[in-house]
Amino acid sequence: MSMINYASREINCKLVYYGPGLGGKTTNLEHIYGKVSPNTRGKMISLATETERTLFFDFLPVDLGTIRGFKTRFHLYTVPGQVYYNASRKLILKGVDGIVFVADSQIERMEANVESMQNLYDNMSEYGYDLTKIPFVIQYNKRDLPNAAPVKDLQASLNPGWPVDDAGQQKVVPDPTHPGENLVEKVSNEWVGHAAYLEAVATRGDGVFDTLKTVSKMVLKTLS
Amino acid sequence: MAGAASWSFSENDFKQIQQHLQAFLRDANARCALLVDRTGQLVATVGDPPQFDSAAFASLTAADFSANDQLAKMVGEHEFASLVHQGQKESMLLADVAKRVILVVLFDQRTTLGLVKLKGKAVVERLTKVFEEMFKGVGAGPSAPQKGLLEGAEDEIDKLFG
Repeated sequence: MSMINYASREINCKLVYYGPGLGGKTTNLEHIYGKVSPNTRGKMISLATETERTLFFDFLPVDLGTIRGFKTRFHLYTVPGQVYYNASRKLILKGVDGIVFVADSQIERMEANVESMQNLYDNMSEYGYDLTKIPFVIQYNKRDLPNAAPVKDLQASLNPGWPVDDAGQQKVVPDPTHPGENLVEKVSNEWVGHAAYLEAVATRGDGVFDTLKTVSKMVLKTLS
Repeated sequence: MAGAASWSFSENDFKQIQQHLQAFLRDANARCALLVDRTGQLVATVGDPPQFDSAAFASLTAADFSANDQLAKMVGEHEFASLVHQGQKESMLLADVAKRVILVVLFDQRTTLGLVKLKGKAVVERLTKVFEEMFKGVGAGPSAPQKGLLEGAEDEIDKLFG
C-alpha cells in the first residue's frame, strides 16, 4: 500500500522478498545495504535467531531518487523462510506493493521452492490480494552452484503462467530482459501471463540491483 | 482487489493531525508522539525529535502491533486496542487509530501512565475522526492518491532506473 505524503513530498512503498529458507533473501538486502550510499539508505534491522536465521523480518529503507519532486522511498522487507514461521510471514505481507520471490536454484530445493510459492499465493489471497495483478518478480538465485537446475525447469515449476481473461490485456508482451520470450502470450488458444524473472548470485551481488530496479519500476508505474 | 490500495493525505490533514498531537503532548506531559501506518511507514512525528532511526522504529512498531493483534485473537479477544511497554525511565504507549494507524507515545517520569492513557484515549477519538474523514468518499477504504501524480511520468521513471 503505497503512501503519498504531500506535506513531506514523499512516496513510500513496501517491497517484500519472499521465498524458501536459506534461499538468499537476507543476502539480497545485505548486498543492497553494503552498496548503497549511507545518505540514501537507513539502518538495516534484522530480527534473527542466534544462528542468524530470520525470525520475524529484515528491514531496510532505501531512497531511489526523486520523481515529480517526490522522494521515492522503498521499504524492503524479507520474511522468515522456514515453514514454521508462517504466522509472522503473513503479517509482513500486509500492505505490500511489490514482491520478489527469491528461489533457490539448487535441484534439491525445488520442492521447497514450490511449497513456498504456494504458501505465497495462499497468504496473499487471505488478504484479498491477487498476486497476478501486483508487481511480482521471480529471482533465480545461486546460479553459480554446480547443482543449479536449468532456468527452463525452474520456470516450468515456479512460473508456468496464469490465465489472462481480461480481453484488454490479451496481447503479446515481450519480456524486455529475455529476447524471444514473452510475459503475456497465447499458448494453444489460451492467453497466459508470466512473472518477470531474473538470474542472480546474491552472495556476489550479481542480479541483486537488477531485481530491485525491475520490481520498483513496476511499482512506480502502477502509480502513473 | 489486485493489491493493497494506496492512500495519501494533504498538507491540511497533516496540519490538523499535528495540532491534535501537540495539544495531547501538552496535556499528558509526554515527550513525543509518532503516528505509524499499519504497514510500518511513519506518518508524523510531534514533540521532541526522537534520537533514534525513526524509519526502523516505525517498522518495528507495526510488527509489534500486528503480532499482538494475532495474540489477542488467539486468546479470544477481538484486539488489544492499546499496548504499554514500561521501562525504568522511558516508556511507551501504543494505541490503534481507525484500524489503519498506530499512535505511539513516548514518555518518561515527568508524567504517569494513567495520565498518558487518559489523555491518549481522547486524542485517539479525535484522530479517528480525522482519519475516517480522510478515508470517506471512497467507501470504507483509504482515500486514493490524487490521480495523475505520476501520470505521464513514465519517462522520468525509466530515467531514474537507467
